[in-house]
Amino acid sequence: MTWACILLPQLALDGVLRRRDDDGPLVLIDGPVNARVIVALNASARAAGLRVGQRLVAARALLAQFEMLPHDAAMVGRWQRFLAAVAYRYSSTVGLLPHAIVLEVGHSLGLFGPWPRLEAMLREEFAALGFRHRIALAPTPQAAWVLAGLQDGAAVPELARLRPALQDVPMRKSRLPAVAVERLAGMGIHTLGQLFRLPRDGLRRRFGCELQEALERLLGERPPGLDSYLPPDRFDLSIELSHEVENVASLVFPLRRMTGDLAAYLAGRDGGVQRFVLRLEHREGRVTEVRVGLLAPQRDAGMLFETARGRLEQVQLPEPVLGLRLLARDLPAFVPAGRDLFDETPLHALPLDQLRERLRARLGEQAVHRLVATTDPRPERAQAVADTDAGHDEPHPRPTWLLPQPIPLRGPSPRILAGPERLETGWWDGAEACRDYYVVETSLGQRAWAFCPTGEQGGWMLQGWFA
Amino acid sequence: MGAVVALSGLLDARQVWRGAAAPMPAGAQPTGWPELDAALPAGGWPEASLSEILLPADGVGELRLLLPTLARLSRAARPVMVVAPPYAPCVAGWRQHGVDMRRVEIVAAPQNEVLWATEQCLRSGSCAAVLAWPRQADDRALRRLQVAADSGRALAFVLRDRHCLANASPAALRLEIEALPQPRAWVRKCRGGVAPARPFPLESAPADRAPH
Repeated sequence: MTWACILLPQLALDGVLRRRDDDGPLVLIDGPVNARVIVALNASARAAGLRVGQRLVAARALLAQFEMLPHDAAMVGRWQRFLAAVAYRYSSTVGLLPHAIVLEVGHSLGLFGPWPRLEAMLREEFAALGFRHRIALAPTPQAAWVLAGLQDGAAVPELARLRPALQDVPMRKSRLPAVAVERLAGMGIHTLGQLFRLPRDGLRRRFGCELQEALERLLGERPPGLDSYLPPDRFDLSIELSHEVENVASLVFPLRRMTGDLAAYLAGRDGGVQRFVLRLEHREGRVTEVRVGLLAPQRDAGMLFETARGRLEQVQLPEPVLGLRLLARDLPAFVPAGRDLFDETPLHALPLDQLRERLRARLGEQAVHRLVATTDPRPERAQAVADTDAGHDEPHPRPTWLLPQPIPLRGPSPRILAGPERLETGWWDGAEACRDYYVVETSLGQRAWAFCPTGEQGGWMLQGWFA
Repeated sequence: MGAVVALSGLLDARQVWRGAAAPMPAGAQPTGWPELDAALPAGGWPEASLSEILLPADGVGELRLLLPTLARLSRAARPVMVVAPPYAPCVAGWRQHGVDMRRVEIVAAPQNEVLWATEQCLRSGSCAAVLAWPRQADDRALRRLQVAADSGRALAFVLRDRHCLANASPAALRLEIEALPQPRAWVRKCRGGVAPARPFPLESAPADRAPH
């Protein structure tokens, strides 16, 4: 077994930063009301002299203006599970450790190529999502976790080399139980190498089973004991906006992130999405729902974003928006579109499906359609919007333009070119038609398809044009 | 005296115009009307360009002119977009002209979105031909369509009223259809050639003739 660990050192901060597009000083604070402490801060706040662990009062004295947000532990958990769903694309065994995701990659290397290539893919994926990360490889998840904290990019693939690699790790970075680490430091044990040399049974008697088990897991002498992560069957992502948004244009940036996250999640699940709901949350729990429907399951980030934006831009905001939530319950399987090897369409062409989605997003759900013939001979019902063609080839002349409803043909009496063709049907469904159809020419030279009551040649009703 | 230059070299480099017109290559987008093909400088529709068709009224032969092209494209599995048609295309009638209706997408667009939708279709590069019926289109709007058709390598057909003939147009080809005394088409402008001085009869296609 080979395990990769993706350590997320600034998960809370990245989760906040990635939906903002300005880089003013920002800190995350935590702790009781009278003793707020900075727990995370961005680069410009650090440049101003603020530090993690500083009291908020001290920070205010150093910097007059900075933005602060409460540290939200539940949000951190959500981001971690989201990233685990993304990592699920690369391995079927994904586990969660504090501030880290571990995945078993020994079996994935056959598909994704040697470790440097897989590592580059992971880094690219996480960097694109906007999360800072440190990646390490080791034969056990706990060892990978330790190595990731120590050195970004460390890789120890063989079990035999694990002990020497961990030899010089300081105890306070060993991620062993904190109580034991403190007591061991008092005993003069400062590196893992020193700990390895101590007799095991003595350790167990002094520190209990906990340290023993952690040590055995670290060295691969005991199964890792991790709960394997399973991605949920629905996607639910919500973000709170830092200020009230009154126009739709300002929602586009967070929307791009959300649809990007949805696409990453779908890629991890190897699925697609056909319908999702975008909820714009207002004050006092009022919401505006924007439903996004696609013609076929999709998972391309750009397409999801564009479709959702098209729908969103049509929305009139009744009141300011405080938060956004993206909900996707229906996640069908995704079948990528086949492409011709010798594709004649130009480079950078927009696929037809995407074009249809774009038109539908702006013009309406029913705006783009195909017409097919039905088996009904009445011209009003002879064609319908559908995908499968039930019709046959009509032996009699048919016009090329069809009026939705017949209208009286005005002007002088037309010249008959062909006909009549009698149509007598529909007595069973209340829309009975008894008509004689003729091809006629109007005084303006247009060729028309018109009918009159059976047996007469007058009272012309226009049905279509032979354009 | 200048250096002696071999004439054949210049001719091969195509720097000297020899007066006689080179034989016209067969057009890549034939209209399906042999007489019209012979008269047009590109041997057919101007490729990746805008063609304007001017009508005295709807239903005077504009589809008769275009359907052979649409039939050819749709049978080659190339998508055709019909944006904001004045009436519903009659499936049976189009099929009698050989059009594969599974490749024809009808876009119902309100008048103020017709130009936008047409431009999107043209620019996408995935459509073979786009037919549009814009009510208001000035030369700037048409130029946008011309550029979009060029970048998407698509045939663009804009069908407008005949009174627009008085206005300048950036279209590569302008055809005017006349219904009386018989249906015929005049070439009013064709880029890269002189517009022929006589009209082309738009005789009814075989399917229009009554079989009985």
